[in-house]
Formats: sequence, structure tokens, C-alpha cells
Amino acid sequence: MEYGLDLEYSFNELLKGFGLSSEIAHIIWLPLPMLLVLVAAVIGVLVTVWLERKISAAAQQRIGPEYAGALGVLQPIADGLKLLVKEDIIPDKADGILFTAGPILVLVPVILSWLIVPFGQNLLISNVGIGIFLWIALSSIQPIGLLMSGYASNNKYSLLGGLRAAAQSISYEIPLALSVLAIVLMTNSLSTIDIVNQQNGAGILSWNIWRQPVGFIVFWICALAECERLPFDLPEAEEELVAGYQTEYAGMKFALFYLGSYINLILSALLVSILYLGGWGFPIPVEVIAKVLNLPINAPLIQVFTASIGIVMTVLKAYLLVFIAILLRWTTPRVRIDQLLDLGWKFLLPISLANLLLTAGLKLTFPQFFGG
Amino acid sequence: MSIAITTQIICFSVLSLVILIGALGVVLLESIVYSAFLLGGVFMSVAGLYLLLNASFVAAAQVLVYVGAVNVLIIFAIMLVNKKEDLKPISDIKSRRIISTSICLTLLSLLIRVDLTNAWSLSSPQNSIGEESTIRIGEHLFSDYLLPFEVASVLLLMAMIGAIVLARRDVMSKDISTGLPVDQELIEKSSEPLLTNKN
Repeated sequence: MEYGLDLEYSFNELLKGFGLSSEIAHIIWLPLPMLLVLVAAVIGVLVTVWLERKISAAAQQRIGPEYAGALGVLQPIADGLKLLVKEDIIPDKADGILFTAGPILVLVPVILSWLIVPFGQNLLISNVGIGIFLWIALSSIQPIGLLMSGYASNNKYSLLGGLRAAAQSISYEIPLALSVLAIVLMTNSLSTIDIVNQQNGAGILSWNIWRQPVGFIVFWICALAECERLPFDLPEAEEELVAGYQTEYAGMKFALFYLGSYINLILSALLVSILYLGGWGFPIPVEVIAKVLNLPINAPLIQVFTASIGIVMTVLKAYLLVFIAILLRWTTPRVRIDQLLDLGWKFLLPISLANLLLTAGLKLTFPQFFGG
Repeated sequence: MSIAITTQIICFSVLSLVILIGALGVVLLESIVYSAFLLGGVFMSVAGLYLLLNASFVAAAQVLVYVGAVNVLIIFAIMLVNKKEDLKPISDIKSRRIISTSICLTLLSLLIRVDLTNAWSLSSPQNSIGEESTIRIGEHLFSDYLLPFEVASVLLLMAMIGAIVLARRDVMSKDISTGLPVDQELIEKSSEPLLTNKN
């Protein structure tokens, strides 16, 4: 299934046409996809913030932001500008170095994880062999940043929030990794490209959600808990902890936390769509459409069509999940910390373990349906 | 010298510098919290070295296990028991320092000797396996390293069962040999509601 546009190759050929060596062309190429993904992530955050404001308003029968641009679409930019020009405060008794390093340690792993998010056959920064495992490893760095900022703030609410955040993300990482493992077992590969390709044999019917319904639900719950979204936003529970580990933060450092949590939400939604909803795949396979229209699959027009369909489908599926996450946030109450840990350790962990065992058994019994 | 090799040398020197300075900081700094965070930095840099050696799976496992589990656990423990305490000055600190220095130097000389006498087989870029290393590690774990792998997994299973038994107090309500109810006061003390006793 090696089709699709290879932008890197064409770009290098173009630069070689100008008389540059292939090595220099490669170096000029390298920052471009990274910048593109960074811009995409930030625009994604702006859209999500606007959606959050509008959907929460609708859920509470308000109008929401209205005056900044049509339907308030410029409101997130205004928010961002406000945070940008605010004074950057480090509390007097806080630990300056750790206070500054905390938000950075929270944000950087999340952005690094975008390395493995594919928007099409060749539309990702790097098809690393360890793929999805890289994301699991990177997301385990986050608790250190949270503990760091909680400790450095020199505030009891911050410390409690940081400890809660770390405890929560450690407990939900295990069922998350186990449900990813079940997918990897079916795919025989850790690479996100292979995971999507394996789901695109028969369009919507071959998506992993039909083969891994339990894994899908466990993964989605754990992803919400990792993002600290509302049924599980214990670390920043306003009524108990003021704002948790973010209490002492202002200005750009607070913006880093804010950005980090929203980028993480979009990333989780993208990964759910990649792991369970067929990634860039259209509900009807593109090959079938091309055959019906009597077009060769390698025609340039079909290639461009496939690539744009891929991007649209990935973003559409991800934003559908973001919509569900926002609706959940504004309609469900918060769980208690003991309920949260009970759910993680006593319910999700055994369920995901059983799911893994069942997947292994089914793979042995029906290798043609569960990946031989 | 090509650009790839230059980048590799720069990365290697930065990473080794971070490892050396970080490790010294872990040992020498007064504040235990700083030591713990620096330890995380050292673990990350070691993962970076693995990446430079084309062992991406080992690097990710290093981050997941050492940074995500071991280091977080250490920091957690430090923050939960971060009590201000005046430590007594140790009486024979000088002789202790001399003994520990000599032990460390002996170990170091042993390592240097191994490094110098061993004939290292350097793999050429042609036969490096790179992305395939994950599959190779799996094959080794289930063939010639099967016994250590199984022993380690049984050890981890025992630790997990022990933790569950400790966490679920109802399992421990009776003494196994005598059948008498166990004095729960020690375990229960922490969870006793403090406010109800006052009124």
C-alpha cells in the first residue's frame, strides 16, 4: 500500500534543481514539517478553546463570546494576547528555577508526541519504529513537571494539586498502555502508520473500534484522566484546591500549562482516532471509489484527493471526540479522589488486562480477523 | 566530515557533559529535592545516549521505567515526607569519607581496567540493525534470555501481590497461624477521621 504524495522527495528534487546538494536540501526540509505541526497544534488549541466556550455556553443556555469577530471566533486570540502581555510573577518564597522549569517540562513532552501523529500515508514528521510506544514513554515525563511546579510554588494547594496530578497520571497510564498493547498485538507493529493501514482494508467495517470495543472505552476514559478533563479534573478542583498546581502561576507560565492541557486533549483525540477509528481512512476505501469511477489509483488528481481526504478525516474524527470531551466536561460532576483511584486500579486495570488476554486468545483462534 | 557526524559529535558531548555534571549534582547538592530532579535529568540524558546508538526502543524504555516510574516514585516519597529536621552532626565523618572515597576509586579503577582490556567489537554502520532492534530484543527475551526474563517477571508478580495484600486490609484481618483477629491499630491509625473525636 505504498501510495500517496511524498512531499519530502519532491521538495528535495526541487531544491536539487536549484543546484543544492541533497544534504543541504535535507537540512532545509527538516524544520518545515516540525513548524507546520507546531502551527497546526496551536491553531487546534485556538479552535478548541473557542469550541469549549461556545459549547459550554450552549450547555448552560448562554450565548457565549459574541463580539470578538463573527460568533466570537477571535476570542481565543484575545485570551492568548492577554496572557502574553500579563506580568510574569514568581512568588517571593517560591523556588525560581523549579518554578520556571515546571511548565516547560509539562509542555515539551506533549509537543514532542506530535512526532508520531500521521495525517496520511506520508504526512507525518517521522515514521519511527517505536511509534506509539514513544508517546507512552513521553507522557510519563509529565508528572515530574507537575510535581516540580507543585513543589516550587511553596503553597499547600499547589503541592496537593501536584501530588494528585502525579498520582492520577501514574494510575491511568497502566490501563492506557495495556489497551494500546492489545492494538499492537493485532497490528504486529508499534508504528502508527501500520496501525492505520491495518484498519483500512474494508473501510468503516475494519476499524479497530469493532474489534476492541472494551479497549476503546478504557482508552478514552484513561485519555480523559491523563488530560485532567472534568470528570477527572481532581488536580485543579476549584472548590478544594483553588487551582491546584497552577495556583501561583500567572502570565506566560500559566499560558504554558493552558496550552499544554489543550494540546494534550487534541493529541489524545487524534490518537483515539488513529488507534480505533481508522485514522485518515474514509468510511469507504478510496480504492473502491477510484475503481467505481474508473480512475487509476496513481493518477495525480486521485493522489491529491486522497491526501486531502486523509487530513480532513483525521481532523474531523479528532474534533468529534473533542466535542464529546467538552460535552462531558460541562455535563458531568467531578469524582472524588478515592473514587478516581478505585476506578483506575480496581476497575480499569483488571478490565484492560482481561481485554489483553482475550485479544491474544482471539488472535490465536481467528488469525484472519485479529491479525495473524 | 559530513553534517550527520558533526551533529552526532555535538549531541554526544552535550549529553555526556549533562550526565557528568548532573550526576555530580545529585551527589553533592545539599537539597534532596534538587538531587531528585537532577537524577531525572541524568536518566533522560542516558536515554539520549541510547538514541544516538540507534537503540530507540531501549531509549523509550529507559524514559518510561527510570524517569516515569523510578524517578517519579523517588520525588513522590521525598515530597510526602519532606519534614524539616535538624540532623545530628556525624562524629567520625572524616574516616567515613576516606573509606567511601577509596571504595569508589577501587570500583572506578576496576571499570577502567575492564574498558582497557576488553576487546570491544564495534559494529559497522552496515550491520547495525536500527529500527529492527525491537524485534531482536523480543526474540532474545524469548530464547536465550528466557530464564532471567521469567525470573524477573515472577519477582515483579510477587511484589504486586504483596502490595495488593498490604493495601486490602480485609485480607489481613486474621492471623494466619493462630486464627485470632489481628490488632488493626497500626494500619488503621492513618485513616481514622481526626475531627470526630473532638466533639
